[in-house]
Amino acid sequence: MSLTQTGTVLAVDGLRKIYNEGTDQANLAIDDVSFHVDRGEFVCIVGPSGAGKTTLLRCISGLAQASAGSVMFEGRRLTSVPDELGLVFQDYSRSLYPWFTNAKNIALPLAARRVPKAERAARVDESLRSVGLAHVGKMYPWELSGGMQQRVAIARSLSYRPELLLMDEPFASVDAQTRFDLEDLILRVRRELGITVVLVTHDIDEAIYLSDRVVVLSKNPSVVKEIVPVELGNERSQVQTRSSEEFLALRNHLLSLVMPHEK
Amino acid sequence: MSRLTTSAVRVSRPSSAIRLKGIGRVLTPLWLPVLLLVAWWALSARSTSPFFPPLPDILVETWNQWVVFGAWTNAVSSVQNLLIGYVAGVLIGVIGGSLLWRLRLLRTATNPIIYFLYVLPAPALLPAMIAIFGIGDMRKIALIALGAIWPTLLNTLDGMRGIDAVKFDTARALRLGGWRRYFSLVLPGAAPQIAAGMRASLTVGIILVVVSEMVASNSGIGYFILQAQAEFAIKKMWTGILVLAILGTVLNYLFMFAERLVLRWYYRSRALHGA
Repeated sequence: MSLTQTGTVLAVDGLRKIYNEGTDQANLAIDDVSFHVDRGEFVCIVGPSGAGKTTLLRCISGLAQASAGSVMFEGRRLTSVPDELGLVFQDYSRSLYPWFTNAKNIALPLAARRVPKAERAARVDESLRSVGLAHVGKMYPWELSGGMQQRVAIARSLSYRPELLLMDEPFASVDAQTRFDLEDLILRVRRELGITVVLVTHDIDEAIYLSDRVVVLSKNPSVVKEIVPVELGNERSQVQTRSSEEFLALRNHLLSLVMPHEK
Repeated sequence: MSRLTTSAVRVSRPSSAIRLKGIGRVLTPLWLPVLLLVAWWALSARSTSPFFPPLPDILVETWNQWVVFGAWTNAVSSVQNLLIGYVAGVLIGVIGGSLLWRLRLLRTATNPIIYFLYVLPAPALLPAMIAIFGIGDMRKIALIALGAIWPTLLNTLDGMRGIDAVKFDTARALRLGGWRRYFSLVLPGAAPQIAAGMRASLTVGIILVVVSEMVASNSGIGYFILQAQAEFAIKKMWTGILVLAILGTVLNYLFMFAERLVLRWYYRSRALHGA
């Protein structure tokens, strides 16, 4: 729907984050990070472990405040998590509320956004169907497998139809097979809803497979090393895409950026 | 993990085996109490000691005293005071614990006072309660409530402080704020520990209901026991203790039943993941 519109959804300029600023334990996590995300784009952020990826995501989601620089979401300066932003955390078992059923979990952000009660049930069903879990509404999250729980978490952040979906290592806690399924799921959802996605990952292959552009971060304190465009087209498949010439070339390039010492 | 496998095995068994296992689950916790009762019955059967009358005599006397002679009104009075005092104490405990969780300034300021009151034995306050509320039911209820507050309050605070930070990040991402956050995250998240506190409060409440009836009182089970002892009616005294024990057990089981019902998600998820 919003694919036809153009413009910048997220603009990060000169972002800097210092923990415990002004004390002797001050820790510079992010030095200087700038990048823009256009409407409908899929952008992955990769970097070596300890690169401050999660810190960056907390700053661009509004969960944490930047020490310097600016984060603009839809042209507004970010002060808290905006209404039109969906967030998916790495650890589904910690982010889903085990005392509520899956349907109630998904209805939570709808209630908070004052969606009328009659409409909530329909939206919950719609979200569950879009992640292929139409039948689990009455079950509890802990009755599902890990991959299914993460799909419920994704359904929850899709239920209020956000402009931008931010995901923090969303597939890091599931097995390899489930991981491929979830990657294809998120590509399909993105195609169907025309949603903008920013995904943080340490997995270079995953980043290439999913994204239109990859933002490569350096080691702590983070700066942007390079923004690599990924021109693999809109149709991707786990077997063919991952074995294509372009994919392998990109993979080598990104590896050399993330692990320069191994060259 | 082991629980998962047993449940899988059980499903494949014929239904009679399941029933047998169900009976076994009921009988396992019962064998020791039954054995002790039988031992009491057998050992006291020929007793001539005035302090330890035979169990059958106590049972007959219990029926006579509590049903025929109408001592049940004492039990009613005890239960009434206990319930009012307990509910008041638990409510204050949960609300107070929530406030202390929310308001850090209040927490640091009241911390020493709370622990001071917590370690102070509630019965020691009985004379003060009598001075303030007189000798009616009010001071009994007040004493029970005062004792019941602390376990619930401290567990509420502790339970709320122990909730995973990721769940609060999630609440911010979903834009749950204010009361919605309290009722969808904070209260249910702390619920298992609040329940543990409420259970400790119930035990304290049962102790205090008896204590409050033993001083300057003319009703209740505690009064009945003390009165019987003063009249040297030892058998009658034993009936009071028996009724008290039964009452305490019933209340505890009712509590456990309600807890399992309300915290079904908690017990079932734990059983499923072998914790």
